[in-house]
Amino acid sequence: MSKIHHAIHEIHRLDQLAERDQWANRLHPLVKLFVTITFIAVSVSFSRYDVIGLAVMAVYLWFGFQLSELSFRECLWRVRVILPLVCMVGVPNLFLDRLPVQIGPLTVYTGVLSMLTLMMKGIFAVLASYLLIATTGIEQICYALRRLHVPSVMVTQILLTYRYITLLLEQVRIVTQAYSMRAPYQKGVHYKVWGSLAGQLLLRSIDRANEVYESMSLRGYTGDFLYIREKVSFQLRDLLYLLIWTAFFAAARSMPLILVIGNLVTRLFS
Amino acid sequence: MHMADALVAPAVAGTMYVCSAAAAAYSIKKVREEDDPKKIPVMGVMGAFVFATQMINFTIPGTGSSGHLCGGMLVSALLGPYAGFLTMISVLLIQALLFADGGLLAFGCNVWNMAFYGCFIGALLIWKPMMKKGVSRGRIIAASIIGCMLTLQLGAFSVTLETLASGITELPFAVFVSLMQPIHLAIGFVEGLITAAVLVFVYEARPSLLYGTEHREAESRFSLKKTVAVLGVVTVLIGGALSLFASANPDGLEWALEKVTGSTELEAAGSAYEAAAKVQEATALLPDYAFKNSDSAFGTTFSGIAGSLVVVLLCVGICYLFNSFRKKKAA
Repeated sequence: MSKIHHAIHEIHRLDQLAERDQWANRLHPLVKLFVTITFIAVSVSFSRYDVIGLAVMAVYLWFGFQLSELSFRECLWRVRVILPLVCMVGVPNLFLDRLPVQIGPLTVYTGVLSMLTLMMKGIFAVLASYLLIATTGIEQICYALRRLHVPSVMVTQILLTYRYITLLLEQVRIVTQAYSMRAPYQKGVHYKVWGSLAGQLLLRSIDRANEVYESMSLRGYTGDFLYIREKVSFQLRDLLYLLIWTAFFAAARSMPLILVIGNLVTRLFS
Repeated sequence: MHMADALVAPAVAGTMYVCSAAAAAYSIKKVREEDDPKKIPVMGVMGAFVFATQMINFTIPGTGSSGHLCGGMLVSALLGPYAGFLTMISVLLIQALLFADGGLLAFGCNVWNMAFYGCFIGALLIWKPMMKKGVSRGRIIAASIIGCMLTLQLGAFSVTLETLASGITELPFAVFVSLMQPIHLAIGFVEGLITAAVLVFVYEARPSLLYGTEHREAESRFSLKKTVAVLGVVTVLIGGALSLFASANPDGLEWALEKVTGSTELEAAGSAYEAAAKVQEATALLPDYAFKNSDSAFGTTFSGIAGSLVVVLLCVGICYLFNSFRKKKAA
């Protein structure tokens, strides 16, 4: 069950990255959340044939990964999750959208462009989400959600689920490992024990939830939760970060930025 | 079925965010109304359970492939639709943030496609009505399979509509639907079987954990008012209307008597019999199921209603006496 190992490792790794004392990690979580969602919304709003316009948006990702000292390679494997559905939707465009377009000396079909932008949008969104979670962490995202007046019931629920995921993944790993040792050469769980294997795990989890509730009550839990260890104050750097990126996204969306910069450079040197 | 951000246009994503937020707000209101502080930790652990058990591969016999649990149907069968919906939202958010399974912009779509249908349609329109008459293994299996298949079909259809509305693909609607629906029908069936296996286990081990069981107990309790009302209607129908169609032929005993004696009535002689016949004639309100000295059909109807009512009152009275005697004994 390497999938479980992988999931546990991934959660620990993201926790470690979010705990680092980096410049990007110290930014206000609400600002990072807003910039990320704006980036994704602006990226997916590009026309399906505007490859160059969309490519400019990679600047944010480039800076983000550089400033946060994150590895592109480490993140790229996450793209595999979105690929099946994106390909299923995008590949037919190659055959159905066949209008020829001249790009410099090359003639390409519009279907190729739409497939390319679809893949780029998917990859950009995954990289931006990774940038957010690797520099912010779930706790701080929950804090940002509270600042956005998301009800405490919802935020507490997200935090508790996240807290117990590692624990239950570990439990599932133990149970499935024990099962596979008793049933060698067998792929997956046999249908005769579908109910009892997952059911026992479920009953144990519910007992655990009751114990959790009792211990939380003993520690003074009254329905509200402390969302973050230290409250993060809004600083000048947060404002600058927000303004710079918002302005960049607006510019990239409203004008062909590469051509405008190219014209400016040409004029300067001519 | 998790949708990536690339598959939705901002307008579609925004619309689905609004729809999902409305369902979430209603669910939060309902959970708050329940005022059960114990529920939040249970929801948290259940969310983690769904997340973790989706990592288990359940072998599908004869295919060589494997399936997973259907989270929405499972949590709503255990926590109810509202708490289940909130639990699924947290699972989907964590999946999107930590594992890139579904995007942040498409989050509203994913909540709608997977959590809303699974919890609201699955629990309120399938699980609850099917469990209303009592929980049984058969009902759990049927509800799980129907619930998973239907909610997955609705989810897959929504994915098709949202993608087409976003103008992402050149794929015609009919082709897209024919690609999405059959595969999700098969997935839904397998997920339904796995979910049913887990829920049947819970039912056998701890039936009180299942959603709708308290409701069933409350509804199945003996209600005097309801019973009398139902019996009353049945009485009027049978006694009043159907008595008009009563057979004119002799009943079994009369038929046997006629065969032996040549008459349906016994001719009894003697002073004792004559005295008893006089008393009966004097006290009988409706001799031969009709008013005295009248052949009207209304008399038969009235006779039917009156007789049935007396029987009902007797039955209810005896039951009432029996129950109060039992309660006194228990006290």
